[in-house]
Amino acid sequence: MTALIEVRDLAVTFGSGRQQVRAVRGVSFDVEQGESFGLVGESGSGKSTVLRAICGLAPMTGGTVHIGGKPLKTPRDPAFYQQVQMVFQDPYGSIHPRHTIDRVLSEPLAIHGFKDAETRIERALEDVGLGRGFRFRYPHQLSGGQRQRVAIARALILEPQILLLDEPTSALDASIQAEVLNLLDALRVDKGLTYVLVSHDLAVVSHMCRRLLVMQHGQAVEELTRDALQARAATKDYTRQLLVASEGFKAP
Amino acid sequence: MTDMLQVKGLNVAFPSRDGPVRVVRDVSFTLGRERLGIVGESGSGKSQTGRAILGLTPASGTVTADRLTFDGIDLRKASARTWRSLRGPRMSMIMQDPKYSLNPVMTIGRQIVEAYRRRGNAARGDARSKAIAMLEAVQIRDPERVFRAYPHELSGGMGQRAMIAMMLIAEPDLLIADEVTSALDVTVQLDVLKILDDLVRDRGMGLIFISHDLRLVSSFCDRVLVMYAGRVVEQIAARDLKNAQHPYTQGLLNCLPQIDGDSAPLPTLTRDPAWLA
Ligand SMILES: Nc1ncnc2c1ncn2[C@@H]1O[C@H](COP(=O)(O)OP(=O)(O)O)[C@@H](O)[C@H]1O
Ligand SMILES: Nc1ncnc2c1ncn2[C@@H]1O[C@H](COP(=O)(O)OP(=O)(O)O)[C@@H](O)[C@H]1O
Ligand SMILES: [Mg+2]
Ligand SMILES: [Mg+2]
Repeated sequence: MTALIEVRDLAVTFGSGRQQVRAVRGVSFDVEQGESFGLVGESGSGKSTVLRAICGLAPMTGGTVHIGGKPLKTPRDPAFYQQVQMVFQDPYGSIHPRHTIDRVLSEPLAIHGFKDAETRIERALEDVGLGRGFRFRYPHQLSGGQRQRVAIARALILEPQILLLDEPTSALDASIQAEVLNLLDALRVDKGLTYVLVSHDLAVVSHMCRRLLVMQHGQAVEELTRDALQARAATKDYTRQLLVASEGFKAP
Repeated sequence: MTDMLQVKGLNVAFPSRDGPVRVVRDVSFTLGRERLGIVGESGSGKSQTGRAILGLTPASGTVTADRLTFDGIDLRKASARTWRSLRGPRMSMIMQDPKYSLNPVMTIGRQIVEAYRRRGNAARGDARSKAIAMLEAVQIRDPERVFRAYPHELSGGMGQRAMIAMMLIAEPDLLIADEVTSALDVTVQLDVLKILDDLVRDRGMGLIFISHDLRLVSSFCDRVLVMYAGRVVEQIAARDLKNAQHPYTQGLLNCLPQIDGDSAPLPTLTRDPAWLA
């Protein structure tokens, strides 16, 4: 069986000459249908750039990405965005502050020519636990957790197969993070979704993903399963360092 | 020994259309030469508590306290001159955002050197090498370049580290660190905590470590204040946190995902209106 997402030797370089940044330097991984796959690493390690490259938001300068066995078209076509959607860390930055939630959710439907906007919007709001009462509110009238639910609703409204989640709970309080992670997990099971989840937090990735890839300086350090992580069976020093650091401070 | 900081019945309120909003409510605690954590969700009043202690409450806010003393000095009545002699050399606060603490028109190096010299009268060359060493200590890879750089030339994480270096080099008696490590990578986080730990152990600094990260705080601090809606709902030794009494403290601990946890849904927090009473 081929994987739903196949990333091979992905490379992304920004700029040129002395300004050149090699953000991703040959990263490969596979994600199975229905699976949640994690990307973890320190800031600047290239995690977001991997997701953005898949979405056509960062220039692929090397490698290939196949989805459902087919190579991606550049630029990505509307069919791609019906299949793959992205959720960002900061819902404030990704939701238009002056548009009602109704408008935020209507726009992708209009762009893709859907006629049943009414039912889809109500269903998406139900799906993320907000309910229709939120439909005509503005983003500033919502809490951070509620805004992230709107961002998830917007990603779901086209009924994609794949969600690329970039630090979806990093800006949220722990109690709200728990609610959003539970929501994401339930949605994946209910709708058979496939996730690629980026986080700097090893505990979040371990909780959400059965397999994960550790990244550093734009490169893959190692891929391991949650079981291996829990057994502390990391093979690379950097992964071990992350594991130790995640346990908090130890007095000398 | 009396505690260096004594806070009793501290209140901070801001005006609003519906009358004053009390964002810090009857907060009382004392601090010796130890690491005290303040945890709680965003908006619970952690930063405003720290700011009130240093007299940095925004002008629209009103601060009242039954007692607010540092080293026996009544901070409620402190003159501008007293504040000048205290803030910086003796008590200092590292804020969440470097934008508010770094001077945009001065190089990082000069700011750190000045912070060091304000402390005593160190020779110029000595101050420079101390500054470079401190930049190295906060894991800045190219300290010479950062020394010469202006704040806007640094990334957020670098600026944060430069600011930490500046505060630490002054070796204040009391340091309030407000979410200083929240934006840092876990491995760098531990390096910064190590520096803070050394200052508490070796120099007897008093540290108030403000953070939303209960797990990190419990691994680092001696004692923890848990804030909810402006109040301290629980004060507990960090090592006893697992046996916390208040359901809010328990809830905050339990809702965190764990590397060794299973994939069952995370427990969520059910807020009880009685917590506000
Ligand atoms: N649009 C861009 N132009 C130039 N450099 C970029 C751009 N986006 C990201 N980078 C750089 O690429 C590297 C990887 O960034 P990123 O993927 O955002 O890391 P992460 O998500 O792991 O924190 C960083 O050095 C970053 O500064
Ligand atoms: N300048 C201000 N004017 C009015 N309200 C404020 C001001 N600064 C903070 N607040 C309010 O005070 C409360 C506590 O804020 P803060 O101490 O910053 O919380 P924390 O640091 O725990 O996240 C919040 O509800 C916040 O909105
Ligand atoms: Mg990122
Ligand atoms: Mg704060």
